[in-house]
Amino acid sequence: MKSLLTICLLATISSSALADKLAIVGGKVFTGSEQGTLENATVLINGNKIVSVSASSAVPEGYQSIDASGKYVTPGLIGAYTQLGLVEVSSSAGTVDASVSSNPVSSTGAAYDVSYAINPDSSLLAISRVEGFTSAVSGISRSDSLFHGLGAVITLSGTGDSVLKSRAFTAVDVGNGGADSNGGSRAALWVMLEEAISEAMQVSTAAQLSPSSQWHGLNSRADVKALKPVVNGETPLLMFADRAADIRQIIAFKQRNPKIKVVLVKGMEAWRVAAELADANIPVIIDPEFNLPGSFEQLGATLANAKRLEEAGVMVAIGMETHNIRLATQHAGNAVAFGMSWEGAMAALTVNPARIFGMSDSLGMLKSGAKADVVVWSGDPLEVTEAPEVVIINGEMVEMTSRQIKLRDRYQRRVESQQTSQYIR
Amino acid sequence: MTTSLKQFGITAACCCALLLSACAEDKADKAEQSPKVTIDKNPFPSQYTPLPGAPTVITGVTILDGIGNKIDNGMVYFTNGKIAAIGENLDIPAEATVVDGTGKWVTPGIIDVHSHLGVYPNPSTHSHSDGNEAIKPVTANVWAEHSVWPQDPGFGRALAGGVTALQILPGSANLFGGRSVVLKNVPDRTMQEMKFPDAPYGLKMACGENPKRVYGKKGGPSTRMGNVAGYRQAWADAENYMRAWERYEADYEAGKNPTPPKRDLNLDTLMGVLKDEIRVHMHCYRADEMAVMMDVMKEFGYQIYSFQHGVEAYKIGDLLAKNNVCSAMWADWWGFKMEAYDGIRENIPMVHEAGACAIVHSDSDLGIQRLNQEAAKAWSDGRRADIEISQQEAWIWLSANPAKSLGIFDKTGSLEVGKNADIVLWSDNPFSTYARADKVYIDGGLAFDLSDPASWPVADFELGQVGEGDIK
Repeated sequence: MKSLLTICLLATISSSALADKLAIVGGKVFTGSEQGTLENATVLINGNKIVSVSASSAVPEGYQSIDASGKYVTPGLIGAYTQLGLVEVSSSAGTVDASVSSNPVSSTGAAYDVSYAINPDSSLLAISRVEGFTSAVSGISRSDSLFHGLGAVITLSGTGDSVLKSRAFTAVDVGNGGADSNGGSRAALWVMLEEAISEAMQVSTAAQLSPSSQWHGLNSRADVKALKPVVNGETPLLMFADRAADIRQIIAFKQRNPKIKVVLVKGMEAWRVAAELADANIPVIIDPEFNLPGSFEQLGATLANAKRLEEAGVMVAIGMETHNIRLATQHAGNAVAFGMSWEGAMAALTVNPARIFGMSDSLGMLKSGAKADVVVWSGDPLEVTEAPEVVIINGEMVEMTSRQIKLRDRYQRRVESQQTSQYIR
Repeated sequence: MTTSLKQFGITAACCCALLLSACAEDKADKAEQSPKVTIDKNPFPSQYTPLPGAPTVITGVTILDGIGNKIDNGMVYFTNGKIAAIGENLDIPAEATVVDGTGKWVTPGIIDVHSHLGVYPNPSTHSHSDGNEAIKPVTANVWAEHSVWPQDPGFGRALAGGVTALQILPGSANLFGGRSVVLKNVPDRTMQEMKFPDAPYGLKMACGENPKRVYGKKGGPSTRMGNVAGYRQAWADAENYMRAWERYEADYEAGKNPTPPKRDLNLDTLMGVLKDEIRVHMHCYRADEMAVMMDVMKEFGYQIYSFQHGVEAYKIGDLLAKNNVCSAMWADWWGFKMEAYDGIRENIPMVHEAGACAIVHSDSDLGIQRLNQEAAKAWSDGRRADIEISQQEAWIWLSANPAKSLGIFDKTGSLEVGKNADIVLWSDNPFSTYARADKVYIDGGLAFDLSDPASWPVADFELGQVGEGDIK
């Protein structure tokens, strides 16, 4: 019955959606902004932008109303670290653009650029957006090199141009994984990282990188070009580590290179250096559910990580997954079950990743002028039993379907049908 | 040698006296009989001892009994390791410890039918990777219990999530991966001290991509048809082996002195399946492959007790119901390989609605800590697809159906008088993300208490390390 109501709601709206003025009325609204969370609030959308969020329930002339009473309204969720658009099936199924092996264009891996590889038709995008994820940070998960190339921020609308921001960040693993592919030891890895970074800093003119000039760097020419925005502090450097000792190295790196926007990713033992991370203004992207010592660098893993980081004043983002980025709400909910604040967990799915990747003007908040990525939920988004009922991306209502929903419908209908399955749609 | 000659002489004299030549012949043969060779089916017996418990009553609590009933404001009383009473108003002995369950929920302990704790433990170093004997496709001779490392910290984490028993399976590299073992989730020194008394053995089999990927370049199978040929040949060999033992036993019973068949540990296990002493749990994703496997099952006359993963089980719920095969599933995993590409969130409720046996499983050291949430997701996804299942009915996926597929439902898997007191007290409705296991009782002993850090298991591996005794 509930699904029927949703369908009716959608049908009503979609016939008039071209009016492109929407008022979401009466919901509990998590804004992600200084407005905090408002009860019985109204979100106004005009075209692809949010006009306002207010505690009033008055709907101005010309707006199509969506009744959200008893429901939750949030900014579209952001996949904080994914491979969305870069992978369809992970294993034994052809090319996976999230995985890069060596190529002569790059020697340190900084130059690889996923913005060329994003596929808006990937089934993962629709499967994720009907679950309330409207944009994502997407990057290379595996390379044999020091850096994992340049990542992008993408919209999950599935439209032709999915890339909201190309060359949005660079990533480097300074834990066991990074050590293993860079000489088998942190003793090699860190020296290489320092050299690669300092080399990029020293290059100051394009002429130094021209094909006619001599170049004997550790980085390739393309790598240096890719690293320039990082060393200039324009785009963040994601540093993967779990062990407290490695995180201290990251903090020291940040102190040596204050201009570089350092972000810690994974950070299972981050809670042990939470105060130092807060002082160094280093945000952290985590999966709060990791609580097992998968290796000697993860001995301190605990579900209290998110809570302890939040209490120390560290900016936390939650959402490290790809096919199931939709489970980041569950991860965040479990962080709350282990002491994180609900507001903090919601921010970890929205405004915090937006801030980390320099997208908070448009993404992650319900505020005047922001991109109209909005989700109406049946209830608390962090409850595993609740789900989105309306998803709006860039001001447009998303059709609430996906390949998975079509499979479900086919096999539900088959039970009553005389047809064989492949004729049922 | 001298002994047997002497026996022969005595017996011969006896028979001659009776003047029965046929008898003489029989007795003579019997006299020559070597001791009968039998196979010890339990060479690694359970040494499990329950934790000490006290007569306890949980009061004022919402009860899901695990077999479809819900009691609001109920009571459950257990003593001597067993559930003694359950209902709304019970007369409880004065000496019973009273646990106030107001606002809380009680369920049977969760049973995970698919775990690799101990065989793929944490830390996941190569030294500890003991779950796949990936040297040849048919290794029914290996037993997971011989790989279980009881110091895997994952057992304690699973306990904090309300898991009271679990099946440890070999991996899925092989067509026949080896025997499983069912454990009580009371972490201890040795596997035997955790071993669930009198639980039948399982046999792990695997369909599809994994065996063909592992053996494709190592002599095969390299295709799905190669997989099926591999199962069928193995079952044919097992039939042959079983006949050889039957012949031996018949001849022996007839007084002859037959030579026993050569022991074959691989065929011992397969024969155990054909005799319905060992239960097949088969890793299989695709609907079409499960249908083929149910035909192989009928061809050789054994029962598949569960398909593991069954990502496409929703396509064949009717066939699963007809063949009485359970399907142990994730709520929402999909897409990591082609055979998982058609995974949908309504798999579990759709299988349930088809009248087949649905089980929520983990196959994960993280997932096992939150199986209640996996069931909650499946339950709510089903409702949004107009599949109306109550929460009390859905709990069947977590305890009763797992227990039935493992052959331990006579002992555990529901809150019924006389059953083992394997009980979880939840801080809230366990279909909520925010609920946590407050207290976990196994055989009536308090194995985990959220409010008492001294009751949180700390594996040997974790002693003296960062994070020892921390909240996990």
